[in-house]
Amino acid sequence: MSARVLVGVKRVIDYAVKIRVKPDHTGVVTDGVKHSMNPFCEIAVEEAVRLKEKKLVKEIVAVSCGPQQVQETIRTALAMGADRGIHVEVSGKDYETLGPLQVSKIMAALAKKEEADLIILGKQAIDDDCNQTGQMTAALLDWPQGTFASELTLEGGKLKVVREVDGGLETIMINMPAVVTADLRLNTPRYATLPNIMKAKKKKIANVKPADLGVDVTSRLEVLNVDEPAQRLAGVKVETVEDLVGKLKESGRI
Amino acid sequence: MLLRKVTQSPAICSSVLRLQPAFTGVQRQTLVAAQNARLYSSQAAEAVLDKNVVGRDAATTAEKVEKTALNVESKSFAVNMFKGQISTSQVFPFPSVLNEEQSQFLNELVGPCSKFFEEVNDPMKNDALEMVEERTMEGLKEMGAFGLQVPADLGGVGLTNTQYARLVEIVGMHDLGVGITLGAHQSIGFKGILLFGNPQQKEKYLPKLATGENIAAFCLTEPASGSDAASIKTTAVRSACGQYYTLNGSKIWISNGGIAEIFTVFAKTPVKDEKTGETKDKITAFVVERSFGGVAHGPPEKKMGIKASNTAEVYFENVRVPADCVLGEVGGGFKVAMNILNNGRFGMAAALSGTMKGVIAKAVDHAANRTQFGNKIHNYGAIQEKMARMAMLHYVTESMAYMVSGNMDSGATEFQIEAAISKIFASEAAWLVTDECIQVMGGMGFMKDAGVERVMRDLRIFRIFEGTNDILRLFVALNGFQNAGNQLKSLQKALKNPFGNAGMLAGEITKRAKRKAGMGTGLTLQGMVHPELNHSGELTVKAIEQFGAVIEEQLLKHGKRIIDEQFVLKRVADCAIDLYAMVVVLSRASRSLGQGHPAAQHEKMLCETWCTEAHERIMQDIKFLRSGTSKQTFNNLRAISAAVVENGGVVSPHPLGF
Repeated sequence: MSARVLVGVKRVIDYAVKIRVKPDHTGVVTDGVKHSMNPFCEIAVEEAVRLKEKKLVKEIVAVSCGPQQVQETIRTALAMGADRGIHVEVSGKDYETLGPLQVSKIMAALAKKEEADLIILGKQAIDDDCNQTGQMTAALLDWPQGTFASELTLEGGKLKVVREVDGGLETIMINMPAVVTADLRLNTPRYATLPNIMKAKKKKIANVKPADLGVDVTSRLEVLNVDEPAQRLAGVKVETVEDLVGKLKESGRI
Repeated sequence: MLLRKVTQSPAICSSVLRLQPAFTGVQRQTLVAAQNARLYSSQAAEAVLDKNVVGRDAATTAEKVEKTALNVESKSFAVNMFKGQISTSQVFPFPSVLNEEQSQFLNELVGPCSKFFEEVNDPMKNDALEMVEERTMEGLKEMGAFGLQVPADLGGVGLTNTQYARLVEIVGMHDLGVGITLGAHQSIGFKGILLFGNPQQKEKYLPKLATGENIAAFCLTEPASGSDAASIKTTAVRSACGQYYTLNGSKIWISNGGIAEIFTVFAKTPVKDEKTGETKDKITAFVVERSFGGVAHGPPEKKMGIKASNTAEVYFENVRVPADCVLGEVGGGFKVAMNILNNGRFGMAAALSGTMKGVIAKAVDHAANRTQFGNKIHNYGAIQEKMARMAMLHYVTESMAYMVSGNMDSGATEFQIEAAISKIFASEAAWLVTDECIQVMGGMGFMKDAGVERVMRDLRIFRIFEGTNDILRLFVALNGFQNAGNQLKSLQKALKNPFGNAGMLAGEITKRAKRKAGMGTGLTLQGMVHPELNHSGELTVKAIEQFGAVIEEQLLKHGKRIIDEQFVLKRVADCAIDLYAMVVVLSRASRSLGQGHPAAQHEKMLCETWCTEAHERIMQDIKFLRSGTSKQTFNNLRAISAAVVENGGVVSPHPLGF
């Protein structure tokens, strides 16, 4: 099959890092903080690579939007098995306000330009937890969407997607081209091996600007304030159930 | 006065050079204490002998060595400090050998490597199973971890020594058992092919070794040949047709011995001297494939630590080894062994600096969270001193590892003293740091679940294998004495023609006079060290001056008998280690201060504290060596030991009388 898959890979603060809010409350501290690929994006890349290994797709293109550093994230995708990368250069103020709407416009424009047959994205990023980019991209392209995928099968030009919905699994059949977003149980991503990281050095990363794609990345959102979650207060021990009920009533919880 | 002494001792240099015969006695003694050492005390002798010579009568070649040694001015800092000189080119500024691309590539490798060890590898399970778990082994192979330094066109990752150091640091942080499996394979197992293999051998063996399809092992140690490697009994006899060798013998404590397909084997071969027509047994290195037939191995050894790594006896019975499999030159095996080991030592320092980083994090976590007497325990001085010392030892080890790897990557060939020091220091520092980590954690640290007792068990072997620290101390000291001896020798020569060498003599006389009078000899590190560290720099210079002086005194005092003065040699080596440690941290902290690194002030404190204390230790050792007490003490120690040995155990009667 000659399908081309576009995979979005977002560079986020590593999941193991303890997040700190900037003193001026405009965002979180990112300088000198370890970053890595959004775990759901890793799952998306892995799924694309598996499709390629089954010879169901021809080419995997990894896309990331952001400053120079996102090339590292693209490199990771290339080391995992993507064929080439596209770095959509967004920096400074634009990057700070870059949200799902802007990214989905970019993805939609790239999908057309690259004549993609399938877009696989993570269901959400672990930094802003928006869970919107996949849905918006599908809407902008007017393509079918299979979100929260926990199983993906390509059958004669159609996609069977098993979706994780409240209370169970839903299986849908959608036409290609389509947008799929990866849920946690879709697969276990592989490790980028050292020889593959070496090979990835030879793979190409194209550099484009949103304007080249005719996309305006101005945001209509304004961040007013970022705060640390409230400190959890110390609890109290109660002797009996009566005490407990009394305390709860007292604090107006029941 | 001093110069008169020099002229009176014309034998000094040549006798130092001719130390091998006397040294065999040393080897025997050490063998008893350190049976499972992989290296040989003859390694210490190697420093002063033509490396091709394995025989015990090296006197004829000694002169040749002498000449070459005199002609070449060493750039090695360690070599020069024994002469009371400072050679800064290899130590200042702190080496930065990675170009931007190498650095970026390495940066990309660090993440996946760490992740693999955090998420896939299970050190406790490996320890309990006494083998590396199958899935981990497979993962490591896929990862490329078995061919880190194999050139990329032969299927490896093609890393420089510095890049390699950074990755083994990660391995050392998580699992030393896996570290030895990987290290026995690539740091010594097939390093000989990388260093000495001809193009055919490289093409034939390296691709499968790089992927881990074939595992390699290094076979030197034998039941009766531990530290004294020159005494191996395994033989390789050349066939009449010259097409193959027949290999017979057995090797013990071979890491990967039970799982390897490719072995680097050292055996004695009869070699005919072209000039004299005499035939002598010399060591030759061979690449031996298990598939040659006649290769067998024993069961995995039960060990104290690094249980995950396979250790076994390996037997060779009438193994037909094609002549193509000779590694390096026939009769040149000792040199091959030396170089392999010399080239691998920095890796141990790097791995162990990772180990230290790991256990320090555990100790910190406990100290910062454990409350006793109403305070977190890190608020107490007793704990603070431990934490600080752990951090300093780590800083020194890490600095040494990357100093040596950096020197190697910039093409230095003379780094054997530095490499040996880094191995000694790292293995002892890691032991101390881990011991203190357990102490900080108290009872918790003693529990298996804390994961530190395993590290402690794993670490113990590092002071024993690849040259016991005791043998390496002799190696460091004797290597240094040889160079210092050479310098004295040239001084002697100059004295024979004082007018022709007036300049040199005047310089030497002034130097000695000044040193004696306690004045500076004009040596300085100013301009090299960051101004904020000038005081530490001065302490280092003072220590070098006194060290150089005491080396000369000991040479004059003991002459050729210096090689038997192991009590002296040990202390000289201790000073050398402390001195080298001072200069590496000075260099590193200077770089950080110069670059305005955010942690530079912290590094400055680590450096200053280290230098102050190391200076103190060196001066004490020197004072002791110069004093009359040292002679008495050494005699006592000798006598106590003799009595205990004579008695088959302690001599003193029980205080209760029964």
